[in-house]
Amino acid sequence: MNVLLRLLRYAYRYRFFTVLAYLCLLATTGLNLTQPIIIAQVIDRGIGQRDAPFLLLAAGLLVVVNVTSSLFNFATSYLNEFVSQRVAYDLRNALYDHLQRLSFAYHDRAKTGELMSRVTSDVDSARIFTGQGILQTVNTVVVYVTVLALMFSLHWRLALLSLVTMPFLAYTAIQYGTKVRPLYSRIQRQWAQLTAVLQENVTGVRVVKAFARERFEVEKFERENQAYMERNVAATRLQALVYPLMVLITSVGTISILWYGGQETIRGHLTIGTLLAFNSYLARLAQPTRMLGFIIGWVSRATASGERLFEILDAPSPVTERPHAIPMPPIQGRVVFDHVSFSYSQATAPLPQGVRQVRQPPAERVTDAGFATPRAPSGSAGARLLPAEAGTPGAQRGVDVERTLALEDICLEVEPDQVVGLIGHTGAGKSTLVSLIPRFYDVTAGAVLIDGHDVRTVQLKSLRRQIGIVMQESLLFSATVAENIAYGRPDASMAEIERAARAAQAWEFIQELPEKFDTKIGERGVTLSGGQRQRLAIARALLIDPRILILDDATASVDMRTEFLIQQALQQVMKGRTTFVIAQRLTTIMNADQILVLDHGRIVQRGTHEQLVAQPGPYRQIYDLQLRDQEEVLKEMQAV
Amino acid sequence: MIQSGQGGPAPAGRRWFVRATGAAVATPGQSGPAPARPRDAADDEDEVLGKAYDPRIVRRTWSYVRPHQAKMLAALGLMLCIATANLLQPYLVKLAIDVAIQNADLGLLTLAALAYVGTALVIWLATYGQSYLMSWVGQSVLFAMRRELFVHLQRLSFSFYDRMEAGRIMSRMTGDVSALNDFLTSGIVAIASDFFVLIGIVVIMFTLNWQLALLTMGVVPVIAIATHVYRSRSRQLYREVRQQNAIVTGHLAENISSVRVVQAFAREDVNLRQFERVNRENLRRLLRAAAFSAGFNPVITLISTLATVIIIAFGGQRVLEGALTIGGLYAFLAYTGRFFEPINDLSSKYNSMQAAMAGGERVYELLDTPPAVQDKPGARDLPPITGHVVFDQVVFEYVPGIPVLKGVSFQAAPGDIVALVGHTGAGKSSIINILLRFYDIKSGSITIDGYDIRDVTAHSLRRQVGLVLQEPFLFSGTIRENIRYGKLDATEPEIVAAAKAVNLHEFVESLPFGYDTEVHERGSTLSQGQRQLLSFARALIADPRILILDEATSSVDTTTEKLIQQALQVLMRGRTSFVIAHRLSTIKAATQILVLSHGEIIERGTHEELLKRRGYYYNLYSMQFRSQELGLRRDLVEDEAPMLSR
Repeated sequence: MNVLLRLLRYAYRYRFFTVLAYLCLLATTGLNLTQPIIIAQVIDRGIGQRDAPFLLLAAGLLVVVNVTSSLFNFATSYLNEFVSQRVAYDLRNALYDHLQRLSFAYHDRAKTGELMSRVTSDVDSARIFTGQGILQTVNTVVVYVTVLALMFSLHWRLALLSLVTMPFLAYTAIQYGTKVRPLYSRIQRQWAQLTAVLQENVTGVRVVKAFARERFEVEKFERENQAYMERNVAATRLQALVYPLMVLITSVGTISILWYGGQETIRGHLTIGTLLAFNSYLARLAQPTRMLGFIIGWVSRATASGERLFEILDAPSPVTERPHAIPMPPIQGRVVFDHVSFSYSQATAPLPQGVRQVRQPPAERVTDAGFATPRAPSGSAGARLLPAEAGTPGAQRGVDVERTLALEDICLEVEPDQVVGLIGHTGAGKSTLVSLIPRFYDVTAGAVLIDGHDVRTVQLKSLRRQIGIVMQESLLFSATVAENIAYGRPDASMAEIERAARAAQAWEFIQELPEKFDTKIGERGVTLSGGQRQRLAIARALLIDPRILILDDATASVDMRTEFLIQQALQQVMKGRTTFVIAQRLTTIMNADQILVLDHGRIVQRGTHEQLVAQPGPYRQIYDLQLRDQEEVLKEMQAV
Repeated sequence: MIQSGQGGPAPAGRRWFVRATGAAVATPGQSGPAPARPRDAADDEDEVLGKAYDPRIVRRTWSYVRPHQAKMLAALGLMLCIATANLLQPYLVKLAIDVAIQNADLGLLTLAALAYVGTALVIWLATYGQSYLMSWVGQSVLFAMRRELFVHLQRLSFSFYDRMEAGRIMSRMTGDVSALNDFLTSGIVAIASDFFVLIGIVVIMFTLNWQLALLTMGVVPVIAIATHVYRSRSRQLYREVRQQNAIVTGHLAENISSVRVVQAFAREDVNLRQFERVNRENLRRLLRAAAFSAGFNPVITLISTLATVIIIAFGGQRVLEGALTIGGLYAFLAYTGRFFEPINDLSSKYNSMQAAMAGGERVYELLDTPPAVQDKPGARDLPPITGHVVFDQVVFEYVPGIPVLKGVSFQAAPGDIVALVGHTGAGKSSIINILLRFYDIKSGSITIDGYDIRDVTAHSLRRQVGLVLQEPFLFSGTIRENIRYGKLDATEPEIVAAAKAVNLHEFVESLPFGYDTEVHERGSTLSQGQRQLLSFARALIADPRILILDEATSSVDTTTEKLIQQALQVLMRGRTSFVIAHRLSTIKAATQILVLSHGEIIERGTHEELLKRRGYYYNLYSMQFRSQELGLRRDLVEDEAPMLSR
């Protein structure tokens, strides 16, 4: 109920139009109800008393009444639609804005499809409720009260008799709303399943054919197809029974009027005109009664939908700007991780308020090769890269699995313009580490400092505007190439965009696109290859001229040739910036000023390539696996 | 939603509808793959509709209904009962007024009331029976049609899937089939009933008083025209709404799925402004459509009022003159009220018929598409093979006239590992595709153990050839079900053994639900490397004699890489393997490397032999590995970049 009231508050903003809509509704209903009386008068007075001029008068009156009621009817529908569509509009805007500001921790758990359905179908249920739902409820009440009053004033016993069936009608209508409708949502679900099987079959057609599994697929489809058919027939069966039942019950009222009212007319207690008016009124009650089922459906759906909508709108963003956050001054590029620990499960909780004291920078600065954390002896740290010995890190440290730290006690100091390479296997914490720099998440313990400012003390926008990121998956938007490159600075000039494209080695392929920089990409435009997308993403990061650059495995999903091109692009981009590079391939990070080897959220090795190769450890293992045989090939080639 | 079938290639000689835009959509005789074309907004929108009746389509559709003919006729009969009963009701009231009440005949009054009860019961029962029957027939037809389509889709070969997007196939299976069915079931019966009711009303009115009937009839065309005009205009308006709505939804979906980029670039404010703009346009269109449709009921009411006024003014006179009874006057009023529904219904049926014809055209076009690769009549099953593969002067083209393989010949003995290398577009994937007979070759021959693959059934061929794709496609379901896909009757120990052999078992065991873990849509819970291992297990359990492997290019972490390399060895052991190779370890293990360029094998031999030759292969590899090796040292490799970028 609370939810419904809250939904109504959205309509309250347009209370003037709402009130107007209901006034028009009252006028329409009132005028409509005069028609049976006019017709009764036509029969009783015009014809019964042979008053010919009255017939013309009545005809004229009918025209006036209907024209006015039509106008009011139009106004009601339009105003009502206006209010409810405005509500939907406002809700969509609010959801859109709130969703895009919720931090990564929220989106890590949310599914795009689910959020979409909330913003589309749940907003729709809310709209129907605030529009049709309320209007029909009011209408039902108004019609009931007036019609009952009229019928009872005309002939109370006949009114009573003809209304005997109304409770049955209401009961059936409610049954219809609560029993039949759920059947249709069952059908919907089965339909979703059927199309899912179909979709999978079509997209996975290569596998189906390669394994010669056509028959198996047909059987799978047939099961869903059969279930869908059966559910449909079952639902129709119930509906076919209940809906005509409402018609039948309505007829019973007519029959009682005909039979008892007819007798009353013969006895002279009732005129023929009134008898017919009675019949019309009864018919007018049937419609709102049948609406009861719908109204119940609307209300129950709006309650569920409203709950889901407010769940989003009320979700607090774990990363929030402090009330008096200062803008980040122009960044020099000194990045410090001060005993940073991070846990994803902690990140979802709202932040404790109040500025925390920034701790002293770590006394021990490990820049030479060696193991950073004294707690990790070299042997076990190296061995941990092997899966067989990995075990569950949480259990090893005696920590509840739920609270497993994604990063544990990370200390790191990066000077301006340095390149930092991060390596380690999936889940080691590389991406987590870099995503703390633009404050996509808040640290669980410790602090991330840029030029001495704790990232939590500055305004998010001013911080992120100065950090460029190329993510693993280069997400582009359905817009032109130029718009995509200028994503971070929509006001960039064409010259700037072209310069960024050139620096990212993207200029040449853009020139080959049908409309060059104005080519639409994405869903409705041309499709770019993985390498091309990556280079656009690099150009995009470059255009904002960031002081800190983060490259999260930018070459993971491209072939070697493209990787080479991207490498070239990256060279340009890294110049004169503090850069963090995550890579699977050693070649990408070999020349970094600092290489960090991560494992289970900890830095297990750090140093330069030469230092790390010279000593046994995980880095050497990776080197052996990836590069040694390639070097051998090179030697081989040189030998022949 | 009914999708317009624009842009599809028209099979030769097939006539296409001239749409309401007046332009023929596809030129007859055009065939081959559809040119790549950006999807325009109109594509997602339903209905630019053509004619409402096409005897070809109706006849063909009727063949699906014929098995249920009796039920269909029964439903039609019931529908007529309902219509008759409905028509009788006002007449009974008229009789009650004129005969019973005015003559104070209680007996007759009771009789009329009882007759009314009768009509109500008839309506109830007949509606029940009719709806049930029609739903039964309709769903059965839908079931059969979808089944036939699905079975046909399984038979269609790759050339079809190459030119048909998944979305369009989906819309034929769903929207088009439903449109056809809507017309079939509710359509035919309802149209019959609507006409019956309209004619019934006219007949009754003329019997009561023909002059008044004639006058009242005057409003019918007005209502019909108003309804029709309203419908087409409102369809247009709501189409515009849907188009804009798709933009709003698209914008939203993009923003949610790319929220990380949005935040990284601090674009929230700009995006909100953009969204508000499209959202506002959506509102504007909605309200315009709403203003229009809000006018519909009032207009119809006004037109009906015209009829009522005529009846009161003119009919009232007739009653006074004695030419009409009071009951007759009432009947006129009541019947006028019943005019509108069948007219409105017919108007909507007209649209649904248009949709059905367009949908039918597309459904039957799909059903009539012959599979490009078909078993020869009397093709035998391929007996168990050893894996001796011979390509002899194979020429192959996807598009007639543009050969992608130009006379490729090679042999592979059982146990061989054949590595295919070369640039994108050199013909590596084509060799794989034709070996599995996803396409038929133009000339030359491919034999396995001496059997030409065109002489055996495709099914028996593919059962003995395993395929591992670059991008592993997993079906929704559990890990177990996905492994079992390779061998439907695999036992639990077999599944575990396969998983163990490809280094997947330990990982699976570490999952809370083990082999019962759902892989989710597109395998989101599994990492890229794990999905590859899973697809290895699936191929391994099928135990094919010939293995085809398209190695993934994307890099995985070192640990996983090691597991994959081990698993690959297990997978290839004892089979004839064809590999599109990216891994050095795979290439070195190959017994034969085929170097392809522009559809021809330009070099072949083992790794050492090819390196010694210092030819194309040598260059290819020195370049790739050197560029990798040197990584960031751009200055050293810069001059080689132009060669690489070809």
